[in-house]
Amino acid sequence: MRIRKDRLLAIALISPSVVAIAIFVYAFIAWTIRASLSSWEGLLPDYTFVGLANFTQLFRDPRFQIDLRNTGIFTVLFLVACLVVGLLLAILLDLRPRGEAVFRNVYLFPMAISFIVTGVVWRWLLNPATSLERLSGINLLFHQAGLDFLVSRWYTSRNFGIAAIVIPATWQMSGFTMALYLAGIRGIPEELREAARVDGASESQIYRYVVMPMLKTVTLSAVIILGHTSLKIFDLVMAITQEGGQGYSADVPALNMWYTAFRALRFARGAAIAIIILTTVAVLIIPYLIHTLRSEVEQ
Amino acid sequence: MKRWITRSILYVLLVGAALFYLMPVYVLLTTGFKSFQEVNLATMWALPSGLHLDNFVAAFEKLAPNLSNSLSLTVAATILSSMLGSLNGYVLSKWRFRGSDLLFTAMLFGMFIPYQSILIPLVRFMQAIGLYGSLWGLVLTHVIYGLPMTTLIFRNYYATIGTEVVEAAHIDGAGLLGIYRYIMLPLAIPSFVVVVIWQFTSIWNEFLFAVTLTGPQYWPVTVALQNLAGSQIVEWNVQMAGAFLAALPTLLVYIFLGRFFLRGLMAGALKG
Repeated sequence: MRIRKDRLLAIALISPSVVAIAIFVYAFIAWTIRASLSSWEGLLPDYTFVGLANFTQLFRDPRFQIDLRNTGIFTVLFLVACLVVGLLLAILLDLRPRGEAVFRNVYLFPMAISFIVTGVVWRWLLNPATSLERLSGINLLFHQAGLDFLVSRWYTSRNFGIAAIVIPATWQMSGFTMALYLAGIRGIPEELREAARVDGASESQIYRYVVMPMLKTVTLSAVIILGHTSLKIFDLVMAITQEGGQGYSADVPALNMWYTAFRALRFARGAAIAIIILTTVAVLIIPYLIHTLRSEVEQ
Repeated sequence: MKRWITRSILYVLLVGAALFYLMPVYVLLTTGFKSFQEVNLATMWALPSGLHLDNFVAAFEKLAPNLSNSLSLTVAATILSSMLGSLNGYVLSKWRFRGSDLLFTAMLFGMFIPYQSILIPLVRFMQAIGLYGSLWGLVLTHVIYGLPMTTLIFRNYYATIGTEVVEAAHIDGAGLLGIYRYIMLPLAIPSFVVVVIWQFTSIWNEFLFAVTLTGPQYWPVTVALQNLAGSQIVEWNVQMAGAFLAALPTLLVYIFLGRFFLRGLMAGALKG
């Protein structure tokens, strides 16, 4: 009787949170879908059903095509950069250098900072070159080192402006990838490595054949976290470029959505962009969540 | 001999990487401490002639109200979302019912969604209940969208406490709330530290909700900083000093409580 009452109380205790999530996540997504199928422009909602018109228009829109291409380039470069840098730093730290804790903290501190702060600082480091006489930021360093061929227009360069955003993004997130890998490496039992050593494996062979294969789940986690961060990246791009660079050279869907909905007041179109971003994130996240749920049930 | 060479390479790589991560900090601080006369994009990398505070004073005058908004917002939303998360985590780990795991997974999804996908309804909702433009609307938003993460950390922590404890307390006549109050809550202090630090950092640093939901009077520091940076009037040196002020609280948390910060990071990533 008592337990039964407690069971009801348990459900009553979490129901406010469950209701809040049901409304603010699921009902709101449904609401956005409805808006994306409407012709809502301007401050007053207008849910006249227009089918997929907003989506077909978007995919024909040159700006949105640039956005999709940019997201693709950004995601690939960002993932590769973070994984490579993160793994390399983790292995270096695993060799137990002197001052290991100091290095680790230096690599990881950008995680504690807002993307806006990162963006404001990197905006000046990546100040685009207009002429060789008026250089600043990293371009100035290149110039002073006699490396003028490296001087760049960064995020304003026409074809690969988005690639410049990868640098601060990697600056911010690669330490996190390092921490993931380091935890993974340290989790491997020392006996395994010792056994390989006894069998005559060199240190580099141990990393290649013993450590690396055991880091697969860590890599998967990192890809999920970094991947969904890059698909929805917004603040960093806004802080560096304000409105997406020159000719949308560094524009991304999340930025496009925000300006379309909240500046141009084209809510239906903004909603359609939001649903497209959500779809790409869901494709990545839902299998991961289901996998996590299953492996917990097995335990 | 060979060991000496590999060790040297190791340190060259480590120091090289450290220089890359510290480069923005160098520019931020040297620019901040320059006097107004010294500031020039062409001498961006030069050291300041002395420790001038002009830039920090100018930035603080501009950002003080926003720093205060950020503080109220962050404290209120952190406390509320941590407390709710602790209750949810307790129920979802120790009072599981049919479908509770599925419910939990459905909650977790809310942690990963791009918030653009709920932003338009959220604005309409806040307008309807009269909280649009205010700080309380933003607090409510952060409490709700913080629930998946806080619930996750507490649930995983409570799951490590054996059910024997709960059963023994049951036999002694303690009910659901008694067990929570006298057994779970005291045991969960370390988790509270992790959750509070996590929420503090992410809410302080957040931008998208803040820029969409608040009016200029209630802008938190991230929005005000972005606005400084976007205006043509404010010099870049003052922007840099402002960036430093905006980063300082979470940086201090990281420096002094880094261990717990890292645990929060891991909780969000290493499951399954």
